[in-house]
Amino acid sequence: MLEVRDVHTHYGHIEALKGVSLDVRRGEIVTIIGANGAGKTTLLMTICGDPRASAGRILLDGEDITHLPTWEIVRRGVAHAPEGRRIFPRMTVLENLKMGATVDGERHFEEDVEQVFALFPRLRERLHQRGGTLSGGEQQMLAIGRALMARPRLLLLDEPSLGLAPNLVRQIFRAIVEINRTRGLTILLVEQNAYQALRIAHRGYVLATGEVVLQGTGRELLADPEVRAAYLEGGH
Amino acid sequence: MSTVATVGPRTAAGGFDLVRALKEAGLAAFVAFVLFVPLMGFQLVGQEGRLGLVYRPHWVVVGTVTVFLGHLAVSFLRAVRGPARRARGEAGPFARFFTVHARWFGVAAALVAFLLPFTPFGNRYVVDVATTVLIYVMLGWGLNIVVGLAGLLDLGYVAFYAVGAYSYALFAQWFGLGFWEALPIAGVLAALAGILLGFPVLRLRGDYLAIVTLGFGEIIRIVLLNWYDVTNGPDGISGIPRPTFFGLEFKRYSAEGTTFHQFFGIEYSSLHRVVFLYYLILILALITNWFVLRIRRLPIGRAWEALREDEIACKALGINPTNTKLTAFALGAMFGGFAGSFFATRQGFISPESFTFIESATILAIVVLGGMGSQIGVALAALVIVVLPELGREFEQFRMLLFGAAMVGIMVWRPRGLLAFREPTVRLHGRGEGEEAPR
Repeated sequence: MLEVRDVHTHYGHIEALKGVSLDVRRGEIVTIIGANGAGKTTLLMTICGDPRASAGRILLDGEDITHLPTWEIVRRGVAHAPEGRRIFPRMTVLENLKMGATVDGERHFEEDVEQVFALFPRLRERLHQRGGTLSGGEQQMLAIGRALMARPRLLLLDEPSLGLAPNLVRQIFRAIVEINRTRGLTILLVEQNAYQALRIAHRGYVLATGEVVLQGTGRELLADPEVRAAYLEGGH
Repeated sequence: MSTVATVGPRTAAGGFDLVRALKEAGLAAFVAFVLFVPLMGFQLVGQEGRLGLVYRPHWVVVGTVTVFLGHLAVSFLRAVRGPARRARGEAGPFARFFTVHARWFGVAAALVAFLLPFTPFGNRYVVDVATTVLIYVMLGWGLNIVVGLAGLLDLGYVAFYAVGAYSYALFAQWFGLGFWEALPIAGVLAALAGILLGFPVLRLRGDYLAIVTLGFGEIIRIVLLNWYDVTNGPDGISGIPRPTFFGLEFKRYSAEGTTFHQFFGIEYSSLHRVVFLYYLILILALITNWFVLRIRRLPIGRAWEALREDEIACKALGINPTNTKLTAFALGAMFGGFAGSFFATRQGFISPESFTFIESATILAIVVLGGMGSQIGVALAALVIVVLPELGREFEQFRMLLFGAAMVGIMVWRPRGLLAFREPTVRLHGRGEGEEAPR
């Protein structure tokens, strides 16, 4: 579904991605793990066209989206829950969800809101609360719910576990699996929490200093001694 | 923020630290003294054809003592009432009450406005001031789209006001267009000017945006000042035609056709036109208000607000930020242009003098004072900003001092504006989930 072919991305003179290639197939959860500064977020942002790839190609279902503006890419069915959640703080939960439905319009709004609430019942209680007053976990739920409102083909999640307590992390990951299983939604997940991410992912890529250094199924990577040493130390 | 009622052994009872308050008041009084010596201590007077100085030490003393006592009083009030609510940034009971019942206040205010010319207070002066208030209300609502909703700080809004005014004046002068024919053209031209400004500033935010818009406002004014062949430069344009009531003129006699008072068979009064202008701007302002309230609930309006909150998130949700910003600039400018046309027809004479930076600053002050995005707040703020200096006329040279003090007072007690409570724009249908107000 998504093909990333030898993509380079520059921030000024700094090369953040040095020729990354990866594939995401329909119905998969694919995770990208790696240390701070490895280029995980940059990769996700590049897929969205902001910043733009300086070389290489990005194909969505065979269509070249490398040079499309971000909002056009989103309109083609790529939803993005960005790093740091980025909810609209002064807008209510419901308004945030409404903004998520920008691409899809009015047609399925109430139905989709119900689906988000089924996934995250906590949000229903917060319906008219301002986004900025939610807890971190609730904000993450809202960010994912907001992305789902667009009825995407591909969901990009950037560090959904960031700054959350372990039980909330488990809750979020359970929801991600559920979205994938029940709706067959394809998910590309960027995570620092390698253990949790690899457990739920069908396949994974390990990114280090802007390059893919390892790839395999979730189980293979979990068992890989290099991965264990570099990303799973400290125990989970 | 919470400077007074913080920790400390003395603050426990009542939360008032007298020593500290005295120190702070002393400091404020000292600063005031330094300022007052040159500002109030000397007065220039003409003495037998020469300039002389009169010393006024008592003025300095009175001023300094006032500042000292005032500062103490403010400290005391803050300690007693506590800074808690302000620090939390929540709407107080006043603002909440106002906002929840905003519709009724709006309707009541509109009714009062409609009846004003027929009340005993409705003399020429009052109606004139009310007309000015309404011009600023309309400008405030227009700028509210750009600043309050879309969050794009615009310091050059007067440019669109000027474009609207000159559009009407020039179209009337050259092509003989009347007010009603020129009004849409003025709106379109102002909107185009808005897009013209919008393009170069698409990537800018905050301070940088403010500087460029400030420059834009000056560019328009300087063009008007120097393009003598078209705009008549600093001499301005006079003899701008007055608006007509469905083709009826407001004159004692008319060479062609009947006049307003002849048609209705009433005695001629110069007040007719003043009242007509008042109703004209009232209706224009109400249309602006209706438009902004509607558009807030449409996708484009919500996109503006979302853009104010987080541009990156907007892009991630498939919003085109370019179009969103340009429509905000264009529509905000359009209402500025309408108001400008009205200004031109009301004054009958315009010159670049009327479109200086201070106008932009005043309109922005109205929006900020009103509470960034609140419609009724903007109307209240316009009322305060225009009427306060009028009320202060009896105080002569202290008028602006009073005005400044009132501004400082508002910023101390309502730092987020008069009505900073934001009303949500989305509700679910057919669900009774304890809503606070019907709408």
